[in-house]
Amino acid sequence: MDEVRLIEIKEDIMSDNKIHADDLRILLKEKKTFMMNLMSSPGAGKTSFIIKTIENLRNDIKIGVMEADIDSKVDAEKIAALGIEAIQLRTGGFCHLDSNMVAKGLSAMDVDGLDLIIIENVGNLVCPAEFDTGAIKNVMILSVPEGDDKPLKYPLMFTVCDVLILHKTDYLEMSDFNVQLARERTLTLNPNIQIFEVSSKTGTGHKEWAAWLKNEVKSFIGS
Amino acid sequence: MHELPVTERILDVVKAHAERNNVQKIVSINLRVGELSDLEDEWIQNYFDYLSKDTVAAGAKLKIERVPVVMECDDCSNSFQINIKEMKEIQCPECDSKKCTLISGKEYYIKDMEVL
Repeated sequence: MDEVRLIEIKEDIMSDNKIHADDLRILLKEKKTFMMNLMSSPGAGKTSFIIKTIENLRNDIKIGVMEADIDSKVDAEKIAALGIEAIQLRTGGFCHLDSNMVAKGLSAMDVDGLDLIIIENVGNLVCPAEFDTGAIKNVMILSVPEGDDKPLKYPLMFTVCDVLILHKTDYLEMSDFNVQLARERTLTLNPNIQIFEVSSKTGTGHKEWAAWLKNEVKSFIGS
Repeated sequence: MHELPVTERILDVVKAHAERNNVQKIVSINLRVGELSDLEDEWIQNYFDYLSKDTVAAGAKLKIERVPVVMECDDCSNSFQINIKEMKEIQCPECDSKKCTLISGKEYYIKDMEVL
């Protein structure tokens, strides 16, 4: 009878993805292209937010958008209608993007000609938080109708992001969303996160956000 | 929610190790998964059973140990465990500082496997 043997493995499952993501960041630095990964739940207003951001920055920096959806191309079509380079990645049932999928997306884009690539990740506050895409900065949206308790329910997402956009602030009057509480809950998880209160409908807060992003892009690409 | 890609990865890794070590059959696999991950043990096992059919890992039992969420205080370097379910406010129990950094709780680590 065969003996049971113990074989040590000591490997982190995410290490491949992380290594590949680090390679992508090196490539982006060489190409002088800043990449930001935008995450939120479905319906938080990612596409409207991106469109407004493009309107505010398109005269200063060259922007491309990588859209990820399980199966549709409506978001990429909306962005392309603005005359902005947009590609659609269909994740085919996957609930998130990983660095391999993003690398494939980048190979279909004119990375050399772009200063900023915005990834619109799959709408989901759970899975995208666990997969490094190779982006330079992670940005998440929490919209007012979703409620101020989301940092308690999806803590990982709030810990991996550099920026939180409190979106749809035009809904605040009709809502019991407590901005102060949402801020406190978020900062407790991630004291270094930048928070912007934004409405893509009225444009409130977009100037401050655009200024922050422009500054990040410029300092990354070195001009 | 993303049990499938994670499970595929586990299978790839253990198959590679099995080949290198001349393994006939994998009996069990010991994993350490951070408590911040929302993977359901039962689903990982179900996906694993499905994906590993006709491989050296068919029938292997996944033993999942949860790794607690541990924070380190940025001010006094004290490290402390937190209960993610009751996480209302993170504060260092030693110096009351709220500036803390996550040091464990996100991992997906394959520790070892028992094989024939």
